[in-house]
Amino acid sequence: MTERAPQPTTAAANPPVQPLTSNLLPSDVVRISATANVPAPERQLEKVAKLIDVSKCIGCKACQSACIEWNDTHPDMEENVGVYENPHDLTPEMFTLMRFDEYVNPEGDLEWLIRKDGCMHCEDPGCLKACPAPGAIVQYSNGIVDFVSSNCIGCGYCVSGCPFDVPRIHKTAQVSKKCTLCSDRVAVGQGPACAKACPTQAITFGTKESQIALANERIEDLKSRGYDNAGLYDPQGVGGTHVMYVLHHADKPGLYSGLPEDPRISPVVEGWKGATKTIGLAAMGLAAAGAVLHGLFSKGNQVSAEEEHEAEELVVKTAATPPENREGL
Amino acid sequence: MSHEYSAPGDHIESTKPVTVSRYRGITRLNHWVTALSLIILAISGLALFHPSLFFLSGLFGGGQVVRWLHPAVGIVLFISFFLLFLQMWKLNLPRREDAIWVAHIGDVVAGNDEKLPELGKYNAGQKFVFWAMTGLILLLILTGLMIWEQQIPLWEPYAPWAATIPARRIALLVHSLSAVGIVLVFILHVYAAIWTRGTLRAMTTGSVTGGWAFRHHRKWLRELAKNRKAPDNNKTPAE
Ligand code: HEM
Ligand code: SF4
Ligand code: SF4
Repeated sequence: MTERAPQPTTAAANPPVQPLTSNLLPSDVVRISATANVPAPERQLEKVAKLIDVSKCIGCKACQSACIEWNDTHPDMEENVGVYENPHDLTPEMFTLMRFDEYVNPEGDLEWLIRKDGCMHCEDPGCLKACPAPGAIVQYSNGIVDFVSSNCIGCGYCVSGCPFDVPRIHKTAQVSKKCTLCSDRVAVGQGPACAKACPTQAITFGTKESQIALANERIEDLKSRGYDNAGLYDPQGVGGTHVMYVLHHADKPGLYSGLPEDPRISPVVEGWKGATKTIGLAAMGLAAAGAVLHGLFSKGNQVSAEEEHEAEELVVKTAATPPENREGL
Repeated sequence: MSHEYSAPGDHIESTKPVTVSRYRGITRLNHWVTALSLIILAISGLALFHPSLFFLSGLFGGGQVVRWLHPAVGIVLFISFFLLFLQMWKLNLPRREDAIWVAHIGDVVAGNDEKLPELGKYNAGQKFVFWAMTGLILLLILTGLMIWEQQIPLWEPYAPWAATIPARRIALLVHSLSAVGIVLVFILHVYAAIWTRGTLRAMTTGSVTGGWAFRHHRKWLRELAKNRKAPDNNKTPAE
């Protein structure tokens, strides 16, 4: 039996080279879509996080290439329509996308704001809440939210559930796809492929604690250079995320290609997956049970022999009356 | 021939005993196609409605099948119900006697039909089922097309708002609420058809007894009796 892989604490260091068995086990799952009672895990993995320092990103898309290579996806060739985004949106074959935005700041200077978009690995994931298929989405105790294609039915509910517009349904495989936070790499002690590939270390990976500490250093540095509103994006509306950003304008996340200001699971989704289900199920169950019970014990509304007779009389009498005199019968 | 209370095919089949033809074969087929699609839709929809019912997807071969089968049957239901609607809407328009019937709902439930007004082909309860089904099916087809992941691109050229995520969230909520509603109406419909003895045969063999028509839909029976064998003066006996 080979040793279990250590939990990765960085993406930069070289990974262990000896064969190691996975350290992300089925028993480390803390939430499962459409499953009420998940057994309590025996251990709590250290929470991990990926930190994306927008101020260090040069928009080279090495992360996209690394993602394509590691996940063996095949994004379509697209047309150049005069913008840097390539492809034009997240797709079932492109789990992460550099989004480019231009911003003229109050001083009149142009700022080129580049954000690496993709799954945020929410602590409270809307995709998992919306999903109707047991086991199609799982969350591990280290915070990774992963899609399990073999259980996915391709219904697209996760698309509506996600506050960040991340999941995409594969047109031919008919399953939902998104960033896995390289759960298959993390399982064997390695950081995500994008973080590994990033030439400026704008993307780093480690325990959530270490990444928050790193972010704080960076924010202090940015503030000392005049970015007074620099800050960390770890939105509490979704319980915090396991992909975080350092933003120079943390007061206006919307500047970065529409990063949501205060993301949370939509109240419509909460109402749909909450009260609608409990009350609806109760109403249908009671109505069905009531109808069956009442039907069994009631003798129903019977037609009497007398009524059969009266009907006969009515028909015979009408027939005996010439049509022009039938008014009023 | 007057058709204030009856549909064109309705007629008295025999007099001793009286039997009345209520639905033509094609209408019955239409009804059962609608009913079967509604049942398939309810079962396949409920599989996604609540985790405790997901096992129902096994009846169809799994969740991946339900994902496309449900909306496909939805289209069948819509077309099939639309054809029924064309045949039935006129006789389901509200009339004055419906208000009296509703005011006497206690007698309806107690089965005191002699205290109720004489009615045409449908009572207010049947009319409620008809219009509730009409409204809910419209809501279900509209929202169903909005949440049909594979067909979302269809909306983009005509109504891009319908393809947006906020609109789809509302459509999901409305679809599942309407589904609950239509299941409740369906239960009421089946229950009433069984409780009112002698009704089911209207949708199986197509005819009802004269006593049934006399008890529940007397104006309908009277009209059919009058329409019967009205001698046509323009015809020679040889015709
Ligand atoms: C009239 C046409 C209809 C269409 C086009 C339609 C379409 C859909 C679609 C696309 C979904 C999402 C899952 C999937 O992709 O299969 C869905 C879910 C559902 N449908 Fe329908 N449907 C229709 C009618 C009905 C009817 C008549 C019922 C109830 C008897 C029903 C009950 C449901 C339920 C309960 C769900 C699950 C909702 C949830 O997860 O909360 N649908 N439908
Ligand atoms: S960003 Fe969207 S897809 Fe990713 S975990 Fe959160 S809700 Fe799920
Ligand atoms: S498409 Fe999304 S919501 Fe539907 S089963 Fe797959 S993961 Fe779950």
